Amino acid sequence: MTRVIDGLDQIFVIAKAFLLSLLAWAPDWVVQVVSSFVNIAAVLGVFLVLFALISVFERKILARIQNRYGPNRVGPWGLLQPAADGIKMLVKEDIVPGGADKAVHFLAPIAMVAPAILALGVIPYGRNMTAFSIDAGILFFFAVGSATELAVFMAGWSSNNKYSMLGAMRAIAQMVSYELPLVVTVLPVVMIAGSLSPDRIVDAQSGYLLEIIPKWFVLTPWGAAAFLLFFTAGLVESNRTPFDLPEGESELVAGHMTEYSGFKYATFFMAEYFGMFAVNGMAVTLFLGGWHAPCAFLQFIPSWIWFFSKLSVLLFTCIWIRGTLPRVRIDQTMKLAWTFMLPMAFTCVISAAVWHFNSGGILGWVESLLIVALVYAGLSQMLGARKHLSVRTYRFAE
Amino acid sequence: MSLLSILPFVVIAVITLAGALAAATLPNLMHAALSLVLSFLGVAAFFILLGAEFVGLVQVIVYVGAVAVLIVFTILLTRPAVGPGKGRNWSGVLVAMAVLAGLLWALARTTLPAGQPIAIAPLTVLRIGQTLMTEYIWPLQAVGVVLTAALVGAVVLAMEEKR
Repeated sequence: MTRVIDGLDQIFVIAKAFLLSLLAWAPDWVVQVVSSFVNIAAVLGVFLVLFALISVFERKILARIQNRYGPNRVGPWGLLQPAADGIKMLVKEDIVPGGADKAVHFLAPIAMVAPAILALGVIPYGRNMTAFSIDAGILFFFAVGSATELAVFMAGWSSNNKYSMLGAMRAIAQMVSYELPLVVTVLPVVMIAGSLSPDRIVDAQSGYLLEIIPKWFVLTPWGAAAFLLFFTAGLVESNRTPFDLPEGESELVAGHMTEYSGFKYATFFMAEYFGMFAVNGMAVTLFLGGWHAPCAFLQFIPSWIWFFSKLSVLLFTCIWIRGTLPRVRIDQTMKLAWTFMLPMAFTCVISAAVWHFNSGGILGWVESLLIVALVYAGLSQMLGARKHLSVRTYRFAE
Repeated sequence: MSLLSILPFVVIAVITLAGALAAATLPNLMHAALSLVLSFLGVAAFFILLGAEFVGLVQVIVYVGAVAVLIVFTILLTRPAVGPGKGRNWSGVLVAMAVLAGLLWALARTTLPAGQPIAIAPLTVLRIGQTLMTEYIWPLQAVGVVLTAALVGAVVLAMEEKR
């Protein structure tokens, strides 16, 4: 029985080992190169399928929220819609504006999607299932993430269109601002786990209290606060509603993607979704226990199923928020980052330090909860008192 | 040294140097800035090739994520385009020559260690953290103070004047 469970849990690891065993005759470097390619192919394959699935499910769920049917013509329940969309995108004419910078215009979608794919590599999808396992995995994740800003700029600038440029500037402003809380909320996790490696962070969340309560970081006061901050900052980083200002189709046409069509537009779209998978996958790894089961007796279900169920829950929440909340203004977005998110993120660090100092006992739990709650109450009081609801004054657009 | 182990070095070196050369020669400033990013990435790849994972990744975060964005915005907000060239800038040539001469002189005077390289412990994040927090705690704090002062200065400069 345990052998079957283990086999199911490690089925992909065993499959890869079998593939590589066919290459026993080859020199070492060939095996290494093939091993890397197998990993890359697996990550790309899984997430391309997930991308196709979520594109149709997102429309279905949004339709349900808005009380309509959604796509229901192609295939049973509209499930073949992604195939139709893909064919449409591929055969569409690729238009490059006359005044555009051809080379940069061509490179921008590639520079956009490459970091998103790289970021997916360091996330542990199951026991022994990290495509690219390095010591400083968390750092790698944020390093490649910071490269997307330049890609957005390339897209906006090369299009030679003022809507594109404005959209790119908004995108860069909000991405730079939210990168700070995003990184600082990771600090407490790194402090407690004592490592920058995603695998070790998942290991640090193993074990159960009374066999039913998992030791996930989200179940500690600092972890819960940091998780909410990380998730919100992740929504901004992946340009999701209510923070989809860079696109803002009612004001900026489509932001930095205005002058893109056909397959290049599809590439941007894909990069956005891959970014969303990456940041939510990282949230699962950091706070929701990675691939660990929520209860001890549920451990017979393979670890990769747990990871993808948690990821699905977070992705559903993203779609749910998109169907529910209106878009916020750019000044509100920026103010939220600097006056609320950043101080709260630093509070999480201090709270985690107190929790760690009390070695995670009841006293530490209460104290860290008090710190987070007091700062939250004080900060919301202060920010609420300074709110003046008067007519907006425009400094530049008079 | 076999061909295979030297191949990554050659590829990265060619990319880094090509990026740097393009950054210095391309007529369009924005293209030059973007080529500079390529060269930054090459330097980061070098660090990672040498086993300095942390330094390489920080190189990407700081140079590609922050410095490059700063450079492109500076170009965008200062002047629209470069006018026709005004001939050679001889003082620039002189400075470049002086730097080259200085570097060559330093290179010629350095004696490379012969034989096998000395084995050093891998530069892990843990080791960097421990060194920074024990041996170099004062420089670290001093850098923190300088950066805070710079931050306050930037905020003061950018702050809207109260009327």
